[in-house]
Amino acid sequence: MKLDNIYQEEKKSNLAKLSEIIITMASRPSGFIGLSILIFHVILAFISPYIAPYDFKAINPTLMLQAPSAEYWFGTDDLGRDVFTRTILGGRTALTITFFGSLIALLWGGLLGIFCGLVGGKTDDIVMRIVDAFLSIPWILAMLLIVSLLGTSTEVLIPALGFFYGKGIVRVARAATHDVIAKDFIVSARARGHSNFSIIWNEIIPNVRDAILVEGAMRWSWMLLGFSSLSFLGFGVSPPTPDWGLMISNARGLMSFAYWSVIAPIVGLSSLIIGINLTADAFAKALGIDRSTKAPV
Amino acid sequence: MTEIIQKVKNLSIGFKSKKGEEILILRNISTNIKKGETVGIVGESGSGKSTLALAMMGYVKHGLYTIGGECEFNSSNLLKMKNRDLEKIRGRKIAMIPQNAGQALTPNLKIGYQIDEALQLHSDLNEEEREQKISELLNKVRLPSPETIALRYPHELSGGQQQRVAVAMALAGTPDLLLLDEPTTGLDVTTQAHVLELLNFIAKDTGTSMVYVSHDLGAIAQVSDRIIVMYSGEIVLEGPSRDILKKPIHPYTYGLLKSIPKLSLAGLPQSMPGSQPQPGTMYRGCSFFDRCDFSEEKCKNNSPQLEYLEELNTSVRCFNYKSLMNHSQVNQTVNKIKTSLEDKEILNLSEVSISYAKQKLLDQVLNRISDDNPTVKDININIKKGETIALVGESGSGKSTILKSIAGLLRTKGGIIKFDQNRNLSSDLKERDPNDLRIIQLIFQNPDESLNPNHTVEEIIAQPLKLYFGLKSEELKKNIIDLLQKVRLGEFYMSRYPRQLSGGEKQRVAVARAFAAKPDIILCDEVTSALDVSVQAAVLNLLQQLKEDFGTTYIFVSHDLAVVRAISDRVAVLYQGRLCEVGPSKDVYQFPSHPYTEVLLGAVLEPDPDIKPKLVAEDIVEEKPPQKGCSFQGRCSRILGDICKSEIPPWQITESGNSIRCHIPLKELQKDQIN
Repeated sequence: MKLDNIYQEEKKSNLAKLSEIIITMASRPSGFIGLSILIFHVILAFISPYIAPYDFKAINPTLMLQAPSAEYWFGTDDLGRDVFTRTILGGRTALTITFFGSLIALLWGGLLGIFCGLVGGKTDDIVMRIVDAFLSIPWILAMLLIVSLLGTSTEVLIPALGFFYGKGIVRVARAATHDVIAKDFIVSARARGHSNFSIIWNEIIPNVRDAILVEGAMRWSWMLLGFSSLSFLGFGVSPPTPDWGLMISNARGLMSFAYWSVIAPIVGLSSLIIGINLTADAFAKALGIDRSTKAPV
Repeated sequence: MTEIIQKVKNLSIGFKSKKGEEILILRNISTNIKKGETVGIVGESGSGKSTLALAMMGYVKHGLYTIGGECEFNSSNLLKMKNRDLEKIRGRKIAMIPQNAGQALTPNLKIGYQIDEALQLHSDLNEEEREQKISELLNKVRLPSPETIALRYPHELSGGQQQRVAVAMALAGTPDLLLLDEPTTGLDVTTQAHVLELLNFIAKDTGTSMVYVSHDLGAIAQVSDRIIVMYSGEIVLEGPSRDILKKPIHPYTYGLLKSIPKLSLAGLPQSMPGSQPQPGTMYRGCSFFDRCDFSEEKCKNNSPQLEYLEELNTSVRCFNYKSLMNHSQVNQTVNKIKTSLEDKEILNLSEVSISYAKQKLLDQVLNRISDDNPTVKDININIKKGETIALVGESGSGKSTILKSIAGLLRTKGGIIKFDQNRNLSSDLKERDPNDLRIIQLIFQNPDESLNPNHTVEEIIAQPLKLYFGLKSEELKKNIIDLLQKVRLGEFYMSRYPRQLSGGEKQRVAVARAFAAKPDIILCDEVTSALDVSVQAAVLNLLQQLKEDFGTTYIFVSHDLAVVRAISDRVAVLYQGRLCEVGPSKDVYQFPSHPYTEVLLGAVLEPDPDIKPKLVAEDIVEEKPPQKGCSFQGRCSRILGDICKSEIPPWQITESGNSIRCHIPLKELQKDQIN
């Protein structure tokens, strides 16, 4: 019995699989746009310190609120700092903190969700009620509390954001696990006497990984918005480090006569969020997950 | 009778592959459906039978498209019609009955309302007339007390009743053509026989033409006047039902009929080698060439055409049909099963009872299960080393529940499960040691679900080897190859994923995984029911071969009595979680037998138009076993009276060692049943 080549599919290396997924993502217009924006932002974050035309913290009272010109492309702000320089640098902190924050959220949310889904029963009940209780607390209030108690250093922000954005992932991971757990291959592994750890690692994770990764990518964009809100409120990045949320917050009072100082960071922030969202959607489609059928949590 | 109502002409349907190749699902199909006739379309999964039936109502599944040809109904081509015009035909002229009525009915609307909806769309009756029509329709499909049924929700009905409602809805528009897509496949044996009988009655009563799509030749044999056999997207044989079932002149049909186990024959039927080619893989030659016993050199490169034989009124696609015409009948040969019974008990269930009842708080605290009427009760079975014992019964009879308890997946309420005469097996998985877990392995019904889709065959089979024997690298690989060879799969399967395998191959991998643990007992849960008929026999033969090689004991759960007859040494019949009859399989299949066994045997559908099912009892579904008395009292046609309702019947043992649990004396039972 020989199968014809169209059904032939060799075991591929992970790298080959990944590149195939990225090619599929880029083959859709929305995925292509999303990926391009995301890659643009990531590259910018890496190279911006080297291409920034001015010093981001150089205050110059003689250049206050200058309109965009050939010299200052995006104009200057109320302290006479170059808006272009601050805009291209303004995504670095947010991107770094939320990227690691999402990783933490994925890890603890995903693993706890899978564990609860597998174990079920009382453990599941208790853990899920605690998660629900946390979900009912407005995250921004809780974040403010943590930040005011522990400060706004990166070591505080990353785990705090990771914790608050992981709660939602717990539910998604648990639901995905429930879909898998009813299948006979799990029953079979149980009957053979595999440990819970082995069942999670070998049987469940390969089957729920995709759903959780997509959810994590979505959470990343939300977290970015959340982090910028914190900065906006003055609890995120501390001045003079440039940050979009902070820049919007500083410039919003001057919007009526110096629109340029607020538009640039807004475009930066929203394009990054749209880019991540489109990428996450395309990622889901490339993996064959239909997000429209799954209710967002 | 000669008026043609649906004409399918040179129909080809297919899809575009990722590489842009056109892949055909249906290849140049032409056939006619005459008025008042019932046509059975039979074929394996993937043969294109459902696609053909859907095309007959002008529907092509998403992703597929019509490549050529037409489906003509009332002299207009359905496949070219606009949706608006199709709406007038669907439901009114052509109606469809789906496979799973439970999923086809809207769960939050009452039955009456749903039929009313169909009537509003497809008839011009006013409200009063519609109401009358609803009870008329429900009456026609023989649902008891239509008025109350109309007020129920779908989940309040049993599977058979739901299917009847689907039939009533299809009849609401008084269609000229009814399309039935596997209408009885998900139903219990007895219900299936009842629904088929109803369909036969409706066909006669209303003169509606029917197209009956099924993989089950037994069901097709009961209803159809004409049979179309499909293979790999082509019609390979088409002709009068009786001729095709009695004297098939196409090698595929011939082989198929040979591979179906029958009640009258003990032993395993011969299997057909290989599997159906995947769509798009056949470029030249006969599509059945690889599996054919009658093939010649020319079959390899030339595709035979469908040839109409005037004298038989049959069309056949084969170069060699003449050599088959000389075979008078399908002479089925069976391999008798060999059992090397050792007089040693390997598993003993005594007084086992299992309950699904929710525990009360106090019981939870005390860690006990209390339920005076458990789902499964008083199970006493001794299983000898090397034998195959089958548990049979309808859904809800507790057969899978018992299996789960033996595997340790479900806690028992009481009773003892003893292995090898001296070792008690705890019913709690956590309390069993690895060796207790190793000796009992499971094979599941659906290999799609029992194999992790993200693991390769190598990883799947490696799991038990690593877990129980700690094998590594070279030795592990050697063992895997060894096991694959034992289930007749080549070494190159190691790197495949389950989705790249056919149903039969997947089940072989599952068998290999079970044997990898070197178990003493293998629990087989409906292992063949998800497989195609031609593959089923091969898997059964493989299981038997492995058993003879390894001396394994099988506990075989199935609802298919013919399969059980073929493979088992001993049969235990269960109803509502209580044993009715236990005995050597040849005796269970003979009278006297428990009235429930009689019902089951009567309902078996055989691929023979001359053997009609005997409908002994009503197809009622009981939700809970009765508190006292015989478990079968609610449906028994031979009920004696109060004694059956108050006292648990005694075990009566026949001369041949068959135990029957019934109040009726054996001699009377035998006398009544033979007449």
